[in-house]
Amino acid sequence: MHDSSTAFSLSSLVPLIVVFPLLGVILNMLVGKRLGDPWAGIIASLMSGLAFVIAVLQFIGLFLDNFHATTITLAEWIVIGTLKIPWAFQVDTLSVTMMLLVTGVGTLIHVYAIGYMKGDERFHRFFIYLNLFIVMMLFLVGGNNYLMLFLGWEGVGLCSYLLIGFWFDKGANGVGNARAGRKAFVVNRVGDFGFVLALFLIFWTSGSLIFNDSFKYFEEKAKEHATVTAPAPAKAVEAKPAEGHGESEGPTTEQIATAITLLLLVGAAGKSAQIPLFIWLPDAMAGPTPVSALIHAATMVTAGIYMIVRSNVIFHLAPTSQMVVALVGASTAFLAGSIAMGQFDIKRVLAYSTISQLGFMIAAAGMGAYVAAMFHLLTHAFFKALLFLSSGSVIHGVEHGHHALHAHGGGGHDHHDAHAHNAQSDSHAAQASAASPDHHEFDPQDMRNMGGLRKQMNVTFWVYLIGAIALAGVFPFAGFWSKDEILADAWLIGSKQPYGVAVYVLLSVAAFFTAFYMGRQVFMVFFGGERTDAAKHAHESSWVMLTPLVILAVLSVIGGALNLPKFIPGGEALGKWIEHSVEVHAVGFNLTVALISTGVGLFGIFLSYLVYGRSPMMTMTDPLERLGFVFRFLNGKWYVDELYQAIIIRPIEGFATFAAFALDWDLWHDFFHDTIIAGGFRWFSGFLAGFVDKGIVDRFFDGLGGFVRETALNFREFQTGYVRNYALMVLFGVVAVLGYFLFVR
Amino acid sequence: MVPTSYYILLSAILFTIGVVGVLVRRNAIIVFMSVELMLNSANLAFVAFARAFQTGEAVNAAAMSGQVFVFFVMTVAAAEVAVGLALIVAIFKNKHSIDVDQVHQLKG
Repeated sequence: MHDSSTAFSLSSLVPLIVVFPLLGVILNMLVGKRLGDPWAGIIASLMSGLAFVIAVLQFIGLFLDNFHATTITLAEWIVIGTLKIPWAFQVDTLSVTMMLLVTGVGTLIHVYAIGYMKGDERFHRFFIYLNLFIVMMLFLVGGNNYLMLFLGWEGVGLCSYLLIGFWFDKGANGVGNARAGRKAFVVNRVGDFGFVLALFLIFWTSGSLIFNDSFKYFEEKAKEHATVTAPAPAKAVEAKPAEGHGESEGPTTEQIATAITLLLLVGAAGKSAQIPLFIWLPDAMAGPTPVSALIHAATMVTAGIYMIVRSNVIFHLAPTSQMVVALVGASTAFLAGSIAMGQFDIKRVLAYSTISQLGFMIAAAGMGAYVAAMFHLLTHAFFKALLFLSSGSVIHGVEHGHHALHAHGGGGHDHHDAHAHNAQSDSHAAQASAASPDHHEFDPQDMRNMGGLRKQMNVTFWVYLIGAIALAGVFPFAGFWSKDEILADAWLIGSKQPYGVAVYVLLSVAAFFTAFYMGRQVFMVFFGGERTDAAKHAHESSWVMLTPLVILAVLSVIGGALNLPKFIPGGEALGKWIEHSVEVHAVGFNLTVALISTGVGLFGIFLSYLVYGRSPMMTMTDPLERLGFVFRFLNGKWYVDELYQAIIIRPIEGFATFAAFALDWDLWHDFFHDTIIAGGFRWFSGFLAGFVDKGIVDRFFDGLGGFVRETALNFREFQTGYVRNYALMVLFGVVAVLGYFLFVR
Repeated sequence: MVPTSYYILLSAILFTIGVVGVLVRRNAIIVFMSVELMLNSANLAFVAFARAFQTGEAVNAAAMSGQVFVFFVMTVAAAEVAVGLALIVAIFKNKHSIDVDQVHQLKG
């Protein structure tokens, strides 16, 4: 689209970003098993690191090239009539931001996983999946068309499924993890269904799936609409634009855009765990902790937000959808935040927190605050990855303490064994939340089994604290700036439209919840006294795990600098950067909002201190349990799973049973096959055998045979054996022949 | 010259005697002789017609063929006698009789 003389060398390198991790996948598939622990992990991390280098080069390239978007086409992919889809990468500020995030955080988590997965029997397979995930995620964010985005979308879904069920033989009844994977997969299919329909509609309307082409179409439509609208009275506008082109009367561009965007929202709700499709994400914590950090917190689940931001042109045409998106996001933030307060499983709290924060981002994207959405996406990736990885470190430590304890008591568990058993720890996520305090199996993820870990795990404590404060949105950590920007946007919208008020209130309450549950978690896990012997014997993780934590902690502290308010020198850096790819409207810093949100956050933390910090809980009973049914409601996750069980799964299973037994077995098999087909056939063959064969054919041939027999018996009489009789007959014959010749002729 | 019709009449009488002989007699030899009688009555008719069609001294194909046919019939009769007498001897050896009605096993 433009001459790339200066940046040719850098942006043309972009395919390599996929090639490196793909090489890692192939290498580990071929020789990973032989390389084993830890070399398979080192190769995978190296490949991911090289991809990060490429991403950085793209970043530099964009600077050198004045932020011009470039498209690097590798090859044709699909050419059918007017449908032309290339293998092409779009290098612009938005995609490069995502590439940096995916490869950067991805590499850190790869390194962490080398330590975390140590001693796992399927070590190399884990890294194959992780690298494959990086490949697919880069297709998702790097492609220049919706189909490549969809390819990556499905690819990361696959990796997510594979990694949730990585310890497929663990979990409740030995199938809990596999079930969690299946749940994620099936729920995501619902979202994908909406997404695919949206793609069809985009192609049907604009004739292209390439971002630039279809967006151009929609932009032109929008302009046309504007020019037509201006002079005409408001009522007549609806049908006008379509007629202007001589097309048959159809839906208006706005209606189509609304349909497309609502369908895209269904897709985003599946992938980014929004109402009503968020139920898979908490169960996804059955996967190993690095997976929870990488896929189910930092990157994959943000694909929905990326997709909405990418499709901003279409969303601008559909104000109704924008409102719906904002409300869905805000409600999700509220709902998931409230559930997070009632959970005991350390990873589940984080999972619901992730859903809640994704709700913030979706709400921001819905309000057209794309910079705020991307900003929160980035900072959230830092501190949520940090929190997950630290929680992994905590679980690791407690698990270790548990085994060390047993080693003292019974003996026989050596150092390595403890790591191998770590595999079991994550898998408890699937069943842990509902577990009662008196369950006999030790759960290293249950926060009631922890306490006082500050002393044993000092580094982990500090990085966890940083992550928690950043998430809670305390000044001046990263989360403060990004969350505040979203709230400021909601405030602004709220001053114009009523739904903005609802969004603002929901998000503010969610922010309060966030501060409260993070405070609760920190106090429960790290402060007070140890509530179990395992916690007493816990000890710090290895440095290969701690190094990424420290790097992420630093990023969580300074991440806010990406997009400081305008009045600070160098402020709005991210906004100015994203501006080159996405239409941006800056909101600016709003002191009132900032003060309110800081107050709300601090109040949440203070409240959690009152409940958990002032008098540390020494028993297995949470003080919040005094709230009675409210707590049980939160602990039971608003009973959404049960609701779906009742209104969706049970009827479907009922229908399946009905279909299987009543329809298939009784009607189809017994009635149709046995009675109608087999019975009918039997009757017909009986008819053929009895009436037709025996009655007609047999009787005819029997009759023929009998006739021949009778005749032959009669003719027998002639053959007497007496020569003279024969001679007489000859005589008669001769007389007859002669008579004929003499008298007849 | 005796008219041809006399010969034909004689031939017919002889043939009839032969037929009646075959039909009524049970002695195989007699039956056999009756057959010979019929053959020779036919010969007589051939020869008689040959003479009737003979005109002048020139060789006449029509007349000659009648004479020639008689020789064929005599040849065949001779062969037939050879076979027939052999059969009668064989039957006699089995049945100690030459009654044709004794040999009626081949009835239907």
